[in-house]
Amino acid sequence: MPRIPTAAAGPPASLADVTASDGALRRFLHGLPGVDPVGLEARAAALGTRSIKTTAKAYALDLAVSMIDLTTLEGADTPGKVRSLCAKARTPDPTDRTTPQVAAVCVYPDLAATAAGALAGSGVQVASVATAFPSGRAALEVKLADTRAALAAGADEIDMVIDRGAFLAGRYLEVYEQIRAVREAAGTARLKVIFETGELSTYDNIRRASWLGMLAGADFIKTSTGKVGVNATPANTLVLLEAVRDYRAATGVQVGVKPAGGIRTAKDAVKFLVLVNETAGDDWLDNRWFRFGASSLLNDLLMQRQKLRTGRYSGPDYVTVD
Amino acid sequence: MTKLFEYAPAPESRSVVDIAPSYGLFIDGEFTEAADGRVFKSVAPATEEVLSEVARAGEADVDRAVAAARRAFGPWSALPGAERGKYLFRIARIIQERSRELAVLETLDNGKPIRETRDADLPLVAAHFFYYAGWADKLGYAGFGADPKPLGVAGQVIPWNFPLLMLAWKIAPALACGNTVVLKPAETTPLSALFFADICRQAGLPAGVVNILPGYGDAGAALVAHPDVDKVAFTGSTAVGKEIARAVAGTDKRLTLELGGKGANIVFDDAPVDQAVEGIVGGIFFNQGQVCCAGSRLLVQESVADEVLESLKRRLGTLRLGDPLDKNTDIGAVNSPEQLARITELAEAGEAEGAERWTAPCELPTSGYWFAPTLFTGVTQAHRVAREEIFGPVLSVLTFRTPAEAVAKANNTPYGLSAGVWTEKGSRILAVADRLRAGVVWANTFNKFDPASPFGGYKESGFGREGGRHGLEAYLR
Repeated sequence: MPRIPTAAAGPPASLADVTASDGALRRFLHGLPGVDPVGLEARAAALGTRSIKTTAKAYALDLAVSMIDLTTLEGADTPGKVRSLCAKARTPDPTDRTTPQVAAVCVYPDLAATAAGALAGSGVQVASVATAFPSGRAALEVKLADTRAALAAGADEIDMVIDRGAFLAGRYLEVYEQIRAVREAAGTARLKVIFETGELSTYDNIRRASWLGMLAGADFIKTSTGKVGVNATPANTLVLLEAVRDYRAATGVQVGVKPAGGIRTAKDAVKFLVLVNETAGDDWLDNRWFRFGASSLLNDLLMQRQKLRTGRYSGPDYVTVD
Repeated sequence: MTKLFEYAPAPESRSVVDIAPSYGLFIDGEFTEAADGRVFKSVAPATEEVLSEVARAGEADVDRAVAAARRAFGPWSALPGAERGKYLFRIARIIQERSRELAVLETLDNGKPIRETRDADLPLVAAHFFYYAGWADKLGYAGFGADPKPLGVAGQVIPWNFPLLMLAWKIAPALACGNTVVLKPAETTPLSALFFADICRQAGLPAGVVNILPGYGDAGAALVAHPDVDKVAFTGSTAVGKEIARAVAGTDKRLTLELGGKGANIVFDDAPVDQAVEGIVGGIFFNQGQVCCAGSRLLVQESVADEVLESLKRRLGTLRLGDPLDKNTDIGAVNSPEQLARITELAEAGEAEGAERWTAPCELPTSGYWFAPTLFTGVTQAHRVAREEIFGPVLSVLTFRTPAEAVAKANNTPYGLSAGVWTEKGSRILAVADRLRAGVVWANTFNKFDPASPFGGYKESGFGREGGRHGLEAYLR
């Protein structure tokens, strides 16, 4: 596979001047083509009618399992809960060893060390949310300290949130510089930038945020925290996919996409994979470039896998509860 | 290179539809053979398989059918509107109940993808009957006088591109207003109209109110020329429309014509590009471009032409052409060898005249009638591919510099059926739409249909409106 330039270096030379000032950045982001919501949602819905059967379904289910960031982000999280989630991540289906591992386990920073210990040597990554997740309402120093703590605890990937207040107030350069600062603090860890699309509200905003995040050096752009009313939808994920496709065409830099929150069924996951396939294409059909932020999705994928393998549905008692 | 995520075949089941080996004409509530015993075959365009043998109507059969419609007219028009509405509601419900069967049938007989018959044709057919069922007892409030009267017997001739939908556009308003009908479906797609005849019987519609005469142009000509027909409605080519206008001239028959088009899809530099590309694709490749209101001329502002064309070509590369019954097929078969020959001839003319041809990379099946999605760039107003209706999956791309030039080029055609405007600027949509001489102007969308919205043409695209309150006017006096 050819070496793909990484995002860490910041905006490529061709786009360096767009982040030179608040005014330049604003002009650039507002100059992106608009998104017509009716057309966008119609396209996402039309792709949702693809009929994925037999061999295609088997491929999609396995791919979806391998793309999961198995997530627990609750106040009630304990080391025991995280350890059992990690065991599930390593061996999602103990009755079928051909089941792929998930991509990562995603936890709060204070539990990253527990996850890192439990996943050591497995190849499953430790992802940690940081930067005052989920609201992002803290001083930059606090956000950076949060990030460093997660890394020190063994996180391989950082899921940061942007400052939606600054974004909605039009202070794009401030959002950009915060992402740059976290990018720097994250070092070689892969950085996922969460926009909280439900709070940005319009598709035009989501497209602008996508470009802003990519210019600032995101390795992944991610829809949501899972903590607000509207999380990942086919339509907002389609905007992100169009953005990474266009960004690579413009700069040669490939950026990943992670829809998160609200994707609970295998059927939904397959629809998202169809979006990836028909928008960004083959190069994104890999867990290096596409992830699902989900918790209950995994068990439904496992049940569908069992159905495909055995020809019958078992029940929720035949997949493990973790 | 093979794709990573290859969709496995997902064919809709053929067994949901039971096609008889032969069908008769539907006259006076009964299926009957043609007077002269002639038959013709209906072929599946995707496979060239013969689906059924159908009686071919001739002049004597037109006489019989018109006489039956005339006999039925008195009692039917005397029914209270609410009673006629009940029949139409019943027909609409039966269409919904049988929609899967009808979708598969339409896909087999026409060649269009099941995705379209399932998601567009059939829902619109049912919606059209529901809509006009609602009007049947409110005709006095439609704006055509306090007590408008039906015309009598309507002779209706429909095309093969949306067989059942065009039938609905013709029959639903006619019956709602109290007329009776004799309808001739196209010779390449007679089957769904014959299934509709069965639905009329299932709904208990009185005999003679709807008569279906499968046949060729001779039957259509006999029908429109029949002295006891009060109203002629035709959807089809402009050439045939002109013949019909000549045949009807000097009689007191009422006439509506819905003819060809060469719709302009105008993309301004501030358009939502991704959605515009979807709209362009939907505008010209929906139903393999065999749509009278297709956006077959893309007018793109020169300053964004390269960007839009690049996106468009990338998108065309993802279109899935093949088995129309496969639920993942985007592009089905062309309806007939004659139509394929016409498309091929015009595409060759485009190349010969110096336009640059680009075809989406895709494999064509070995049997059946197929044409790969094609676009021509470097097209000018002087090229045949910019002037003549191709009625196939061929898009001509022209550029413009200013809104005034876009409007001038869009209007520079003998047709005037449809147009599209793509811009994020609301004031520009209103200003441009106001100056476009087309019956339908879509803003930031294309090929959207609704029974409540009138549809029809300017200039050689015809006259009269179908759909909406306006659609009643053609069937009332």
